[in-house]
Amino acid sequence: MASIHLKNLGHRYAASDAGSDNPYALNPLDQVWEDGGAYALLGPSGCGKTTLLNIISGLLRPSEGRVLFDGEDVTDLSTERRNIAQVFQFPVVYDTLTVAENLAFPLRNRGMESTTIEARVAETLTMLGLEGRANERARSLNADDKQKISLGRGLVRTDVRAILFDEPLTVIDPHLKWQLRTELKKIHERFSHTMIYVTHDQTEALTFADKVVVMNAGSILQVGTPEQLFDRPRHTFVGTFIGSPGMNVLRCTFDGEAAVVDGVKLPLDEATITAAHARGLATSGVSLEVGVRPESLLVVGAGVNTDDDPHCVRVDVLGVEDLGRHSLVRLRLGNQLLCALHPEGAAIPEAAALRFDPARTLLYANSLLVEANG
Amino acid sequence: MLRLANIARRVDSHNALQDISLELKRGELNILLGPTLSGKTSLMRVMAGLDRPDSGELTFDGESVIGVPVQRRELAMVYQQFINYPSLSVYENIASPLRVAGLDKQEIEARVAQAAQLLKLEPYLNRKPANLSGGQQQRVALARALVKRASLVLLDEPLANLDYKLREELRAELPVLFAELGAVLVYATTEPSEALVLGGKTACLNRGRVEQFGPTLDLYRDPDTLMAARLFSDPPLNSLALSRGNGGLRFAGAEQALPAAVTAELVNALPADEVESTLTLAVRGHHLRLGSDVAHASEPSARESLIEIRGTVDVTEITGSESFVHFTFMGQPWVALLDGIHAFPGGAAITLYARPHDCFLFNTQTGKRVRKLSGGE
Repeated sequence: MASIHLKNLGHRYAASDAGSDNPYALNPLDQVWEDGGAYALLGPSGCGKTTLLNIISGLLRPSEGRVLFDGEDVTDLSTERRNIAQVFQFPVVYDTLTVAENLAFPLRNRGMESTTIEARVAETLTMLGLEGRANERARSLNADDKQKISLGRGLVRTDVRAILFDEPLTVIDPHLKWQLRTELKKIHERFSHTMIYVTHDQTEALTFADKVVVMNAGSILQVGTPEQLFDRPRHTFVGTFIGSPGMNVLRCTFDGEAAVVDGVKLPLDEATITAAHARGLATSGVSLEVGVRPESLLVVGAGVNTDDDPHCVRVDVLGVEDLGRHSLVRLRLGNQLLCALHPEGAAIPEAAALRFDPARTLLYANSLLVEANG
Repeated sequence: MLRLANIARRVDSHNALQDISLELKRGELNILLGPTLSGKTSLMRVMAGLDRPDSGELTFDGESVIGVPVQRRELAMVYQQFINYPSLSVYENIASPLRVAGLDKQEIEARVAQAAQLLKLEPYLNRKPANLSGGQQQRVALARALVKRASLVLLDEPLANLDYKLREELRAELPVLFAELGAVLVYATTEPSEALVLGGKTACLNRGRVEQFGPTLDLYRDPDTLMAARLFSDPPLNSLALSRGNGGLRFAGAEQALPAAVTAELVNALPADEVESTLTLAVRGHHLRLGSDVAHASEPSARESLIEIRGTVDVTEITGSESFVHFTFMGQPWVALLDGIHAFPGGAAITLYARPHDCFLFNTQTGKRVRKLSGGE
């Protein structure tokens, strides 16, 4: 396994993008992927995540910068010579070979001994729950099982420097997804492969990865643990993209002690207030927004005296959607819309106030989080 | 109203559809929920008249539509793979069914403008589909279905190929868009969460059969069969057989019986003719809680009213705000969905609690739910 350093890397496609405002499909970046890390690349389609993966795998040569594996420059090496395994969205299997032969194929290619091959193939079959089916022809398998074999072919070798996954579970049935995702997680805990996993599905990204790399419009916006991305998104895009529903983002001003949304004061914590002062945000005229997750808002009855409780503000309840586990409460604060999640079974008051937690009420200037070291 | 009575269809000697009876009303959203190959697409093809059922009746507003060619039905279909005419502009794509129908120019313009506004396609009307994002292309396909003002609209996993966030946005809009049409609307999906967001009514499909049909939330909260409960659970439903002995209920293979109060609560919920049945208990992952999250769980008296689940952690998945703890309980894979970050290492012992009234009981032999019908959940 290897660490991967993307050194001053950037990519522009030759002629095709000539007319667009930004010539880069991937804006210049410098990024180190640690040895043994499980990374997910998450972002909407067209954000550059597949371009980035193809550069790491060697399918695409970057127009600038270098790719280093453990310090060794592999920018000019072909995919085969980079010693990586890849799993794609659609199954890649040899229909005429048996399940076991399919799994053995990458090992035979490396000239491994047959006893070692047998042991690894048996282990991989068990991992995927395909023990009894080793001698079936791949052509007789359904699409889900074929994709299991594709995963198996990616995981069967222990000597690869990295395993790259490109939307491997997108076409898999939801129930099987759970099983395969947890298998991947267990395999990572056991073998500590360097894994890079591209997906547009946030649940897949967050549950698979130690670190999630959130991308949009050709740039990496944040690299963080799922908890960091959830609790302190550094860009409003990260806040809205992660979470279901995403973070509420409301236009506001800063009056020196609180965020003010359409005349309503929302409390901020000390660290945010200090950082906002240090940047002169009360008077700078910079575009400000307040970000708060639907999970961090508590809907309470209108009986609360909002004068006594500065963390509570009056809101209008526009509607309630019962989603089973939660209710989604749609609200209006001033002239802006937001939503809150309410636990299953709890009654929702018709006239309501909303309690904000200052530690979970974040301030954004020009879409970037206002924080002490920001 | 679209009415299906005892519809059956065999494909390559296996039963693609069996004994399907449904009444789908105009102005309502009807969801077909089931895994891949459960019969969703087969059923839609029969509804559309693309495939003929081997037996059964299919009527629309009282008239049989079996054998009526697709072109003569007022029908719109949208597939997972969006289909647009690549050489036509977005405007012409949306207008195409109206031109075929021979509508006059003014009417076409008015309808396209309205659909484009609803689906936020106004800025792109002069572009070719290839120059749009996947989400925008699917909106074009939806707009084309919308302008036809068809009386039957079939949407087969229309959002499955879209980005997560786009899907969230579109599925909030879709029910509103189509509700106003007064059409019979059918929407196929593999995802329980999608069905819950969409609301309406749901038919759970399994191996070509309808397990249960009714208001979506009722199905979710009050499933009739173990299979319906499984189909409507994400993460997967937890279940285990119960056995009896020495006057108490216990998990099959467990040494310890459930607390007397729990046994009493479960048994009280049984109808008289099921008291002797072999039972399976099932509980959704988010109804399992840690001791620290259950009020007074540390007090012995409170614990007497809870079902204790002691397992060994397999792997924990953390989403940033929630944790999926996969664990083994009595040899079965179970999963708990806990609020907050709980990084249990593999191999750790875990104790969770469930409230009896959050659990479902099923007759193990028949797979049918056992409960008293009065008194509700």
